[in-house]
Amino acid sequence: MKCSEFFKELNQYLDGDIDADTKMELEEHLHWCKDCYVVCNTTKQTIEIYRHNEVYALPEDLRSRLHNAIVSKCKAHSKS
Amino acid sequence: MATIQSKIGEDTGEELELVTAARKGDVEAFGKLVSKYDRNVFRIANHITQNREDAEDVVQDAFLKAYKNLDRFQGNSKFYTWLVRIAVNEALMRLRKRRNAKTVSMDEDVETDEGSMPREIADWTPNPEQQYGSAELNEILTKTINGLSPGFKTVFLLRDVEGLSTEETADALGLSIPAVKSRLLRARLQLRERLNRYFKSKKNGDQQQ
Repeated sequence: MKCSEFFKELNQYLDGDIDADTKMELEEHLHWCKDCYVVCNTTKQTIEIYRHNEVYALPEDLRSRLHNAIVSKCKAHSKS
Repeated sequence: MATIQSKIGEDTGEELELVTAARKGDVEAFGKLVSKYDRNVFRIANHITQNREDAEDVVQDAFLKAYKNLDRFQGNSKFYTWLVRIAVNEALMRLRKRRNAKTVSMDEDVETDEGSMPREIADWTPNPEQQYGSAELNEILTKTINGLSPGFKTVFLLRDVEGLSTEETADALGLSIPAVKSRLLRARLQLRERLNRYFKSKKNGDQQQ
């Protein structure tokens, strides 16, 4: 397997969305290709870091203000 | 190497009960759905509009629109996916209004070769959370994701951060499934490449290439 072929399957590999034979071929490639191993690993870290560290977190005071506004608008709509 | 697991968006029986109650006018039940997903909607709105005030308006408008249209929610998709679709549309509308342009879409600036093949390759050790404090890390992550074109960024956000499936992401953005798959790969590789500048291992004070 060439590196370019590996990259075509990278998403499916990271998402666990591949059959057992393809997975084995990809892991065989990862075993001897250090570059692909590093890219695969750092891409996985990229996804995880965005999941664990919230960009644009909602502050609690704003959250409660928005919640109250939404609920009162919904109530007004129900009455109308 | 372990695969990445999705973390949110699973409908529970309790959630369907809340939707049913809200549909009958139970605002308190709807409030519980707001509390469950307001952080997600706020994040999506900020990413798309790039404006805090607009994002606040989008959160209110999206939930209100969902409430008013609960009758149209068929239950053949998850409530969360349905809500995300509304939020994306509200955010895009807000963005168009602000830019006063008709052309804002998820198709902007996606014709690029960047990220199709990795260029810089280096381990990230120690891991980024150990290299940077949380405020600094947050700044790096925000700056980096905002450097992506909107079409790539939104696919990455919905699929990898908000936990939608490929099909749900395609549905929410009005894209084909192959388009979502191809943009997701490019987005992931571009982000990796750009984050590499900050996170790559440093040996003896020299930056490794």
